[in-house]
Amino acid sequence: MAETIWVYAEISDDRITTTALEMLAKASEVGKAEAILLGPAPDDATQTLAKHGASKIYRSADTVYRDYLTLPAAQTVAGLIEQHKPSVMLFASSYAGRDLVANLSARLDCGAITDVGDFQLKDGGIEATIPALGASYQNVSTLVNQGTKLLVVRPKSFEPKLNEQPVNVEEVAAASAEGLRKVHMKDRVVVKREGPSLEGAKIVISGGRGLKGEDQFAMLKELADVLGGAVGASRAAVDAGWVPYAMQIGQTGKTVKPDVYFAIGISGAVQHLSGMKTSKYIITINKDAEAPIFQYSDFGVVGDLFKVVPQLIEELKKRKGA
Amino acid sequence: MNVVVCGKVIPASTVTIEIDPNTKRMVRKGVPHELDPAAASAVEEGLRLSEKHGGAVTLVTMGTSDATIGIRNALAMGAASAVHVLDDAVAGSDTLATAKILAASIKKQPFDLVLCATESSDSYSGIVPGQIAYFLGVPPVTFAKEISVEGDQITIKRQSEAGYDIVEAKLPALVSCSSGINEPRYPQLKGIMAAKKKEIKIYTASDLGLSPEEVGEKGAREKVLSVGRPPKRQAGKAVTDEGEGGKQIVDFLAEIKVI
Repeated sequence: MAETIWVYAEISDDRITTTALEMLAKASEVGKAEAILLGPAPDDATQTLAKHGASKIYRSADTVYRDYLTLPAAQTVAGLIEQHKPSVMLFASSYAGRDLVANLSARLDCGAITDVGDFQLKDGGIEATIPALGASYQNVSTLVNQGTKLLVVRPKSFEPKLNEQPVNVEEVAAASAEGLRKVHMKDRVVVKREGPSLEGAKIVISGGRGLKGEDQFAMLKELADVLGGAVGASRAAVDAGWVPYAMQIGQTGKTVKPDVYFAIGISGAVQHLSGMKTSKYIITINKDAEAPIFQYSDFGVVGDLFKVVPQLIEELKKRKGA
Repeated sequence: MNVVVCGKVIPASTVTIEIDPNTKRMVRKGVPHELDPAAASAVEEGLRLSEKHGGAVTLVTMGTSDATIGIRNALAMGAASAVHVLDDAVAGSDTLATAKILAASIKKQPFDLVLCATESSDSYSGIVPGQIAYFLGVPPVTFAKEISVEGDQITIKRQSEAGYDIVEAKLPALVSCSSGINEPRYPQLKGIMAAKKKEIKIYTASDLGLSPEEVGEKGAREKVLSVGRPPKRQAGKAVTDEGEGGKQIVDFLAEIKVI
């Protein structure tokens, strides 16, 4: 009998996240895929999950999961795990995914593997590949606990696939204990953004320490506007306070896989590389010819970005106008 | 308000991290160390809150004797005291074992608030704060980009995919601080001098009531099976800018049919 693999399905922007669908594709490939969906969701959410391979969906639409972070969902998922004992449960490497796994791994005393890029089932156990560890290493890890193995999966590790299953939705009782209502989500503030989202953009223009300051990101925005792309940043630029964390690309930020990725004034620390190295084309501008980022670029310019980028913008405008 | 900051001392950002093929662990011996910049931000946040609301900041860390330099840095910034879990038996701990050790250390300190970075800058798992919160039995308030406290209520702006969320909880609580929450202060000479007189408590696992089976490699649920090199990407063309660099990029974009 195929082993059961659960996927924790999150809702973002009022739809099932792409990462949930990616994880379902992998889960159906190696076993029997089932999904957990908690909190208010659009009407077609369970159908979307079934279309992508979920043969069973555990569902509660209770608002407690939306209004109170982590604790209600962890309570429900822990109960379901104890009852049904799936072999593996997959979570996205998102804010909610990491918080849930943290709580569950401690509660069930089972540990977890984070930053997983791929995994296989082997002899009743699991072998997970972590694509980036330290300086340009990758490792294979396992979990030695009995029972369900918890994995936190990097976005864009798998391709979503249509693989329709008959929908079998089981309603589960909502976590109602007052003691779970401790972390209150009072308000959600959407920060308006222009142009495409980082994750969806075909072209991503990222800046790093070499940008030397907040104001210079305007230049990258101009380049992004000319090319119809989105602006990202390395952790160095975020840590310096030049741009918000939402723009961070890398192991702890967003993972992107655009057609063209511009790394501008970015040296190419592993932390950054793991968030963008699967881009189709990588174009680099850096004054240091020895920067590791050049090892990954398809086209690199060794030079002063404050000269190269303005010329690039001007030339693009000229050719577009022609 | 007493704040415990949980932070790590890690190989300095200038160090290229190597992995020992035998132990399959990062080589931490014999390389310069520093207080993780992410932990420094958590210390800074703790100092600002205690300056505003009273109380003191205690740093809790786990690591080898190389960690002392980073602990001194936190004390020089203004932390009142520090706890250092220093024990060969804890080497090889995974996230779960680490969280058990840190939670047991925090329980021995008076605290209203525990602050952590969302993740360390050397291993980035990002789940230790939530695990600690579970073991302490306090609400996990994570990914804060701004923190405010009023009475026993803590409110944060929490990083979200779309912007940020306003999230509230009651103290005692654990809050993880996202990178860039503040600009950590540089220790001044006076602080550096004062740090030399501040207490660093040393704990072993047994001081914390943890058995050797619960910590280190023995207590780890996650085992590394193998360490290898990822497939290398074929490096492409690189040119030195001689005044035409921008135009050459446009040519490349045309070649790959992006424009």
